[in-house]
Amino acid sequence: MPELAEIIEVVLLQNYNTRLVVLSTTLLGVAAGLIGSFLLLRKRSLMGDALSHATLPGVAIAFAIMVTLGGTGKSLPGLLLGATISGVAGLFTMLLIRNTTRLRDDVAMGFVLSVFFGIGVASLQMVQSLPGASAAGLESFIYGKTASMVQSDFLLIAVVAGIASLVSILFLKEFLLLCFDDAYAAAQGWPTFFLDVLLLGLVTAVTVIGLQAVGLILIIAFLITPATAARFWTQRLLPMMLLSAAIGGVSGWLGASISALTPNLPAGAVIVLVAASLFLLSMLFAPPRGVIPRLFRQYRLRRKVDRQHFLRAAYEILEEEQGQGDVSNTPFPRPALQSKRSWSVRELRSILKIAKREDHLEPAGPGMLRLSESGFGEAARVTRNHRLWETYLIYYADIAPSHVDRDADLVEHILGPELVHELEEFLEKESVTTPVPPSPHPVS
Amino acid sequence: MNWTSFDTWIVVVGALCAVACALPGCFLVLRKMSMMGDAISHAVLPGLAIAFLITGTRASVPMFFGAAIAGVLTALFTQWIARFGNVDRGAAMGIVFTTLFAIGLIMIRQAADHVDLDPGCVLYGALEMTPLDTVGQTGIPRAAIVNGGALLANLLIILVLFKEFRLGAFDGALADTLGFSSQFLHYLLMTMVAVTTVAAFESVGSIIVIAMLIVPPATALLLTRKLPAMLIIASITAAASALIGHVGALIVPGWFGMDATTTSGMIALAAGILFTLAWLFSPTEGIVVKKLRSRELADPVFEESLAGK
Repeated sequence: MPELAEIIEVVLLQNYNTRLVVLSTTLLGVAAGLIGSFLLLRKRSLMGDALSHATLPGVAIAFAIMVTLGGTGKSLPGLLLGATISGVAGLFTMLLIRNTTRLRDDVAMGFVLSVFFGIGVASLQMVQSLPGASAAGLESFIYGKTASMVQSDFLLIAVVAGIASLVSILFLKEFLLLCFDDAYAAAQGWPTFFLDVLLLGLVTAVTVIGLQAVGLILIIAFLITPATAARFWTQRLLPMMLLSAAIGGVSGWLGASISALTPNLPAGAVIVLVAASLFLLSMLFAPPRGVIPRLFRQYRLRRKVDRQHFLRAAYEILEEEQGQGDVSNTPFPRPALQSKRSWSVRELRSILKIAKREDHLEPAGPGMLRLSESGFGEAARVTRNHRLWETYLIYYADIAPSHVDRDADLVEHILGPELVHELEEFLEKESVTTPVPPSPHPVS
Repeated sequence: MNWTSFDTWIVVVGALCAVACALPGCFLVLRKMSMMGDAISHAVLPGLAIAFLITGTRASVPMFFGAAIAGVLTALFTQWIARFGNVDRGAAMGIVFTTLFAIGLIMIRQAADHVDLDPGCVLYGALEMTPLDTVGQTGIPRAAIVNGGALLANLLIILVLFKEFRLGAFDGALADTLGFSSQFLHYLLMTMVAVTTVAAFESVGSIIVIAMLIVPPATALLLTRKLPAMLIIASITAAASALIGHVGALIVPGWFGMDATTTSGMIALAAGILFTLAWLFSPTEGIVVKKLRSRELADPVFEESLAGK
């Protein structure tokens, strides 16, 4: 295990060797997080995957050209230029397939990915045999060479990541429109094709600089995972983008630091795993859209619905015994409740248990049930809401009395006090003023 | 060019593998899941690594099972994240396969001292070497038998469950209401893709797999709107790509004064060229035909407006 002092040194960027790597991956994470948000909302997350594969032929061909012109062929700007050109060619092929055939995005992406990558592999192999050239090391374009990053690499990443982030903030409004309603954007006169190209151009730029720094798989993960994780926390674009950038940055920073502290852990892979863990946490626990909070909310709603059904059923039983109008709280037999709704024996038992815990039930004789004071009041209120809503539906939504029970059931459980008050005002004219109005349809 | 029985076997192995991929690929394309092949081919890495770490050998059978399980898990995790997390399926796929690949990479790196497992080898394969590894005295390459087996299995499953697959591909909800579980069909298809991918991996590399899962079916989709015809056209295109690709690998580098190149890459390129031809000249959907048709339509309209009708 590394010592604490060592950990602090790396995490706080005091160590020169790791500083470049950690800063580069952090910046890359931020830029990719921002752009990835648009890709996710445009349902094109795998675009980074396709484009990163599409850069390979450019690398090989640029290498071949530079060797032919004399030289080692390993000039980074030249290779990056080649990668960018073939990435853009892949991008246009993709858009062309999508716009001129009935094949979908996924096919277009898969086509570009596999065919371009095939061309890349074939031409790399051909280039290997060029006289006087050693193409060894070109494959770091696929797997990355994070550990051996130098200052010029860092500067390149910083500049491109900065420009990409700036452009995505400047075009925020346009991209927002493009992501959520491209048909409307086109109808409003926005150049949607140009915007698409601009967005994917940004993806290509980030992919190309990321590729040689950290490798193919990491850059794909950077474009997808932070944005998807951020999506669980918010419904608004700007917070989502900022959060996504933060998650990307933190993954890059933590992942590169962990990798620097542990022998034999490739930085790219660790960063992917950090981002994936953040994604998993978000997916499970984010309050707005996470899985567990959502299940909890569903459970709460179901319990609320069950409780209201139980109370209304009890009230209606009392009403049947005593006639509609003036109902008083008396014990009633448990089987009557069972026959009221299609509850299974087990469901009814758990509903009654909850009702006892909430003080809605009082002890009564064997086989008998009796509502408590508060339970009876609540039952009258719930029944009244149900009937107000039913009456409203019958008068104003023209729903047949024989069907209204089911329809009312869909909404009544979420009626708030204001809505109930409005209903009361509405129905004043219909002379519904009794504490609990009679049911507008026969209660069985 | 100097064609030997060696070259014939390379083409045969390539074609068997290509057709084995193209068949399930048709359903992937129809179900809008083309990228699944790419995802699975990356995600099998931890399966290979675990199989190796457990058994300690590079024997094919454990590796095969490890990879197939990893492939099916990819499909399963993707489905879960997409459904429970309400996430776009492409994004879910991307997260799953990058994570699995990263896990595999770390495992291999950690065990690097005593493991001879090169991720590059998994990605590129060595189609040219397959004829060297023959079964017994027969002279038939092992890869031909493995890929032929995968092809046969896929063909059988598709023939037996043809109408279920068709229904599942076009209307999953209807399949469910009629009592064929579209979930079951989905996972069966994923298993087929995973097993085919793994079978092809060792011998020919993942580029052919990814390309053949997508490109021949996409080509066929431009030429027909009938599923049986699509399957047949995709198979023919796939086999033709293997032949053209290998011939290309022998000839094309000569034009630039270089040695022969990898057949896998050239097979992918050949498939791309066949796709482009269909894209341009398909009698129903081709760009050229569409242009001609719109001109034919434009002339009478123009004449009529000239005549003032």
